[in-house]
Amino acid sequence: MTTTKGSVTGVNGNMVTVRVDGTVSMNEVAYIVLGDKRLKAEVIRVRGDLVQTQVFEITKGIQVGTPAEFSGEMLAVELGPGLLGKIYDGLQNPLPEVALKTGYFLEPGVYLDALPRDTKWQWSPSVKPGDQVERADTLGTVPEGAFTHRVMVPFNLFDSYTVKSVKPAGSYSVKDEMAVLEDSKGVSHAVSMMFEWPVKRAVDCYAERLKPTEPMVTKNRIIDTFFPVAKGGTYCIPGPFGAGKTVLQQVTSRNADVDIVIIAACGERAGEVVETLKEFPELLDPRTGKSLMERTIIVCNTSSMPVAAREASVYTAVTMAEYYRQMGLDVLLLADSTSRWAQAMREMSGRLEEIPGEEAFPAYLESVIASFYERAGIVSLKSGEKGSVTIGGTVSPAGGNFEEPVTQATLKVVGAFHGLSRERSDARKYPAIHPLESWSKYKGIMDLPWVEWAHWYLERGSEVGQMMKVVGEEGTSLDDFLVYLKGEYLDAVYLQQNSFDPIDASVSPERQKAMFAKVVRVLGSSFDFKDKEAARSWFNRLRQMFLDMNSLEWGSDAFKAADKDLVSFAADRSIGLDTKAARILESLE
Amino acid sequence: MKKVYSRIESITGNVIAVKALDVAYGELAEVQTRFGMSLAEVIRLDEGLVSLQVFAGGRGISTGDEVRFLGNPMRVSFSDALKGRIFTGAGEPRDKGPALSENLIPIGGPSVNPVNRIIPREMIRTGIPMIDLFNTLVKSQKLPIFSVSGEPYNQLLARIAMQAEVDLIVLGGMGLKYDDYLFFKDTLEEGGALQNTVMFVHTAADPVVECLMVPDISLAVAERFALKGLNVLVLLTDMTNFADSLKEISITQEQVPSNRGYPGDLYSQLASRYEKAVDFADSGSITVLAVTTMPGDDVTHPVPDNTGYITEGQFYLKGGRIEPFGSLSRLKQQVNGKTRADHRAIMDGMIKLFAAYRDTLEKKSMGFQMSAWDQKLLKYGELFEKEMMDLSVNIPLEKALDKGWEILASCFEPQETGLQSKLTEQFWPKG
Ligand SMILES: Nc1ncnc2c1ncn2[C@@H]1O[C@H](COP(=O)(O)OP(=O)(O)OP(=O)(O)O)[C@@H](O)[C@H]1O
Ligand SMILES: [Mg+2]
Repeated sequence: MTTTKGSVTGVNGNMVTVRVDGTVSMNEVAYIVLGDKRLKAEVIRVRGDLVQTQVFEITKGIQVGTPAEFSGEMLAVELGPGLLGKIYDGLQNPLPEVALKTGYFLEPGVYLDALPRDTKWQWSPSVKPGDQVERADTLGTVPEGAFTHRVMVPFNLFDSYTVKSVKPAGSYSVKDEMAVLEDSKGVSHAVSMMFEWPVKRAVDCYAERLKPTEPMVTKNRIIDTFFPVAKGGTYCIPGPFGAGKTVLQQVTSRNADVDIVIIAACGERAGEVVETLKEFPELLDPRTGKSLMERTIIVCNTSSMPVAAREASVYTAVTMAEYYRQMGLDVLLLADSTSRWAQAMREMSGRLEEIPGEEAFPAYLESVIASFYERAGIVSLKSGEKGSVTIGGTVSPAGGNFEEPVTQATLKVVGAFHGLSRERSDARKYPAIHPLESWSKYKGIMDLPWVEWAHWYLERGSEVGQMMKVVGEEGTSLDDFLVYLKGEYLDAVYLQQNSFDPIDASVSPERQKAMFAKVVRVLGSSFDFKDKEAARSWFNRLRQMFLDMNSLEWGSDAFKAADKDLVSFAADRSIGLDTKAARILESLE
Repeated sequence: MKKVYSRIESITGNVIAVKALDVAYGELAEVQTRFGMSLAEVIRLDEGLVSLQVFAGGRGISTGDEVRFLGNPMRVSFSDALKGRIFTGAGEPRDKGPALSENLIPIGGPSVNPVNRIIPREMIRTGIPMIDLFNTLVKSQKLPIFSVSGEPYNQLLARIAMQAEVDLIVLGGMGLKYDDYLFFKDTLEEGGALQNTVMFVHTAADPVVECLMVPDISLAVAERFALKGLNVLVLLTDMTNFADSLKEISITQEQVPSNRGYPGDLYSQLASRYEKAVDFADSGSITVLAVTTMPGDDVTHPVPDNTGYITEGQFYLKGGRIEPFGSLSRLKQQVNGKTRADHRAIMDGMIKLFAAYRDTLEKKSMGFQMSAWDQKLLKYGELFEKEMMDLSVNIPLEKALDKGWEILASCFEPQETGLQSKLTEQFWPKG
């Protein structure tokens, strides 16, 4: 706490103006003292001795003259062992603990410790007295679930330090003093297992930022094969309501091949978070064999929770992601929906009476979105290890129209675009990622030329489909019709994937390659059907066989039998293979 | 006793400003005008200047009118005495009953802690096949009826309310036509449900600010009853009028609009109401069924658009029927796996065939030739529309499933339906 105090002079929604008697800093945390409640707020504008704050709570009851206090600290989160498996609100309040205290409802002004103070952690020191250390160097480790959690020199200690003392191996809690460090001026600093870091500042303790090249496998065929995401990369999922953004993120949060997943439920339905909350503890993480919850952190500021905390929630989430990246881990941050975050900014900008941009979004919308996604990245640490933060955000464009400010600003900065279409979701073609509009700048699990070759069938097939709507099947040549059927086939058996089928929901890269090869063989084959009807019914049959196989366990006897049937069924009809397809198959099989 | 202020500094639309101290944000005041007393709510504090939104509107207010602050925010009386009663959006009696003042509770309270929620698990039966069979309504769901004006949405709402097995109905009317208000009242009365209904009704003739209060006041009451163990169904009609009131007020307040004149916080405003739908683990529940009329039948209009992003699906009412396409209950899969073994298969199978029927219709209208298969589809589609989609059909889910098999059997061979042979063997009507 600084000694600066103030008193309220105005209230407009969740924006409260305070006249202050001392120094304040931008983005500093203030408290509006309403009776026995202290309502948390953030300074968002300073004009002389008048300070405008956004209050993270309902502002009813505040009066002109209500006292305010200033903390001198920026809005920050606690970092240390114990974050994994937690469910926080946008300000890192642990919601289950809040529930124990306030019951069914979220009462304003209740702020609890983010990290449990009484949990004991099994500490092993990594340094000894006399060692030289800097910020983010490991002082010791504690096991946290399946991970070795590094207790690091707090990121806000910017000098070089000599270790004066360090606690021996044993069991300690987060507030215990673990080491004493002496800076270059001879001042001692006691450090514990936890420290705070301001959420709106990117953690920058790595040696170097690298180019994202390694695929982040989602086990989703259309993503991994056609529109891949790289570890440390960024991607967005815009789509109209009900197109499947949330379901797609939910399956990704389960199946993604990363160490840690942070889910930021930002301004969406509370009910959707509940599904994750109740199901994750029951599901196993195939990488560690432990419950999925142990690799997950949920930051949940749903649509009816205070709007200003929604704005903070994505920063709270990304700061925790960066923290675990410093331990050499791969972290995936999924934010649903970034439009709600942008809207929170818009509401505040309106109250500040800033000159509005398009659709009343603030003029700085683009730069704020860009700097948020910039916090993703794959980095090399001083130890030479790599760690990554990948960010995937959904976008909820007004009217489902992508020509709107948030979608456009996001598309400028992300590395992959998974655009969901109403047309595909209406036709129940899930995931409804539009194969002709989406793109990715990353390299996936398959070589680009193979994917492009297959993609041609989607493009050409769709053209023929459009044409057929006008001239009818009668007016379409058999050759064109075959291309159309092949495109539809690729779409049905490979692009579409049943998220609710236990096997089909998650497909390993190995299986994707094998299945892709089977599809390529059909796409590249020539056939001699006597007419369109014969071609259509043959493809229907083939499609059904493939779909049945998709829900069989990889490598099981049933799978092998189905595979054999499929191969011979297709071979019976084929009268030749295109040379490009043959070359692709050579490298794939 | 609170001080009385008798100098109004400004009047803009429905908002007046007075110079006053010791006033809290959200506090209520009484404004004495020549037309009588109106409540007003504090919506802005700026140094000594207090802005209030006057429930009865700004028309006829004089700068010399008296403003008396009450020292409390908007509240509503909560007790069993509410049952069977009808109030205005400001909570005043609209029937001939007495005003209630005991046990006042605040409205627009905090939201439920997400960790206290449970996964929805119980179906609400409505007797309407397009709902029960194809888009099952679930306890604690929030679901709007999207419709153009002129469609029988209030009839549909009333019918669901009458058939749903709930303990209490709370009806929030916004901009309701007087006839529609009487229709609800009469229907509930005839059905013997009025005693288990509380109505907060703002009619098209009432002041616009009162319209804004209706969802909060209805939901606050519903929430208390739910906490006492009741399963409450909240009907909100028409939320587009609510949104239009928000628009009107924000424009007179000179706020920068975001989209077609609607304020930038429309999403948050709507969400904070719809999210009141809840199933309390060891108590009652709130299910919210709303009407959202779509100007120009345009789903991308800001009101239906923002609503769609908030609710758990929508029923799309068109041509007097619930359209299978465009309608969706996002919670149906939580319950339709445990009703009857053929429920999901019939749901998917019949809709796929109906989609094929619509394609055939299109082909037919373009003059393409109709194959034997097309003829079958045409027969099927007509039966489906008559026996399933027509809103006069009123049968329980099990009967609707049986009816589904009958329709299929009268049009197709089992293997033409795309249904698993395991099911057709069991359910295909014999003879
Ligand atoms: N992969 C899928 N498989 C089957 N059904 C799906 C799939 N994805 C979405 N759905 C269906 O669509 C509904 C809506 O999906 P979802 O909640 O993900 O939409 P959304 O894009 O997040 O919508 P909103 O913007 O309103 O949040 C789901 O409840 C489900 O019925
Ligand atoms: Mg969603």
